[in-house]
Amino acid sequence: MSSWQIIQQSLPVFQKGFKLTLWLSLLGITGSIVVGIGCSLLRYFRVPGLSQIATVYVEVSRNTPLLVQLFFLYYAFSIIGIKLSAELCGIVGLIFLGGSYMSEGFTGGFDGVSHSQIESGKAIGLSKWQLARFVIFPQGLSQSIPALAANIIFLIKETSVFTVIAIPELTNTALDLIGMYYHTNEYLLVLVVGYAIILIPLSIVLTLVERRVRYGTFGN
Amino acid sequence: MAHSGIEVLFEGQNFARLIGGLETTIAIAFVALICGLALGLILGVLRTLKNRVLRLVLRLYLEFFRIVPTVVLLFLFYYILPKTAGVNLPANEVAMLVFALWTAAEMSDIVRGALISVPKHQLESGLAIGLNRWQLYRYILIPQAVSLEIPATINLMTRVIKTTSLLLLISVADVINVGQTIVEANSKQYPNSVFWIYGFIFVMYFVIDYPLSWWATRMNRRRLERVND
Repeated sequence: MSSWQIIQQSLPVFQKGFKLTLWLSLLGITGSIVVGIGCSLLRYFRVPGLSQIATVYVEVSRNTPLLVQLFFLYYAFSIIGIKLSAELCGIVGLIFLGGSYMSEGFTGGFDGVSHSQIESGKAIGLSKWQLARFVIFPQGLSQSIPALAANIIFLIKETSVFTVIAIPELTNTALDLIGMYYHTNEYLLVLVVGYAIILIPLSIVLTLVERRVRYGTFGN
Repeated sequence: MAHSGIEVLFEGQNFARLIGGLETTIAIAFVALICGLALGLILGVLRTLKNRVLRLVLRLYLEFFRIVPTVVLLFLFYYILPKTAGVNLPANEVAMLVFALWTAAEMSDIVRGALISVPKHQLESGLAIGLNRWQLYRYILIPQAVSLEIPATINLMTRVIKTTSLLLLISVADVINVGQTIVEANSKQYPNSVFWIYGFIFVMYFVIDYPLSWWATRMNRRRLERVND
């Protein structure tokens, strides 16, 4: 059997893994953005109690590896009676990790708004809420777009870690096929191409988006 | 707490084995970081030169390592090196190689980004007083780029350390692999061992990574304050 035939035969299986990778990424990224915005707002407005909790969460989440977080969710939580399916574990784990990265991204954007902007806002008598609504959020969000784009790509790549809890996504599919048929080179090639199909167009689109929204900073 | 199962950490050689695994993890991260950061520094400077072919090649190198997930990179090198190049490295060394090359790719982008963000008038002033290219890098570009570059480099270090958790996949006897073996061996006697062992590993990663990322955040904030005021 030629390499080409091997690849062709494996494509339907890979397609399933490809779709699962896309789905898990989509849910994980959406959830991460929601959690990230929530945490960065709690921290921005210094909501008593909650902002400290958000800070602890962010530090724990971004300073530990996804693989260990997944092991904890998948194996350790079942001991205390919380049994999640592998897929759900994967999504929850990805949101747990991604939430902190997104929160840091947004917080970085808010911090990046220059002091002269904030002081000008205060000088014309804006309230704290108006300052946030009209000065800091519009500029801060557009400044956090590069971080957001980097996080999206990062999270999609992180789904490859799901293979350790046997979620049949792209990487797991390839490893499974290699284990069964030993056509290592062919399957690894399809695997790399699979990620390239997702990530190359996406990173081009994100770069274009970054360029378009770069008007947000004063003086540029 | 008589039956909490935390004893599993200290039974027999368990603790010593976990620490042994941790040493393997740290050794791999250390070698990869030293080699990767050094190589990345050189590649980053090369990417600011005017040679188009060189820049294209280095850009492709970066994009390859950016697009392929680290898990996949590990398997690529683990399976393909012995098969096609006939190089039979132990898994530890494959991991060092992969992490070093990946670190170098990311580092080259940090260095390049920092160098090109030095304001243009600085560069032109340097040229105006007659500095040559080497002097320009030595006295103008590199000193100014460093303050931009250090927080990002520290963040990259924390990422590399976290990514060592993937070593398990190519059967390196790292801290997680050792932990898994202990959990499996003790699952009858201590059903809760999974909680304590993975909990211990979780805390270990946090203890190593948190000070680094705290430091990076603080430096970055100070830099922003300087720029914004």
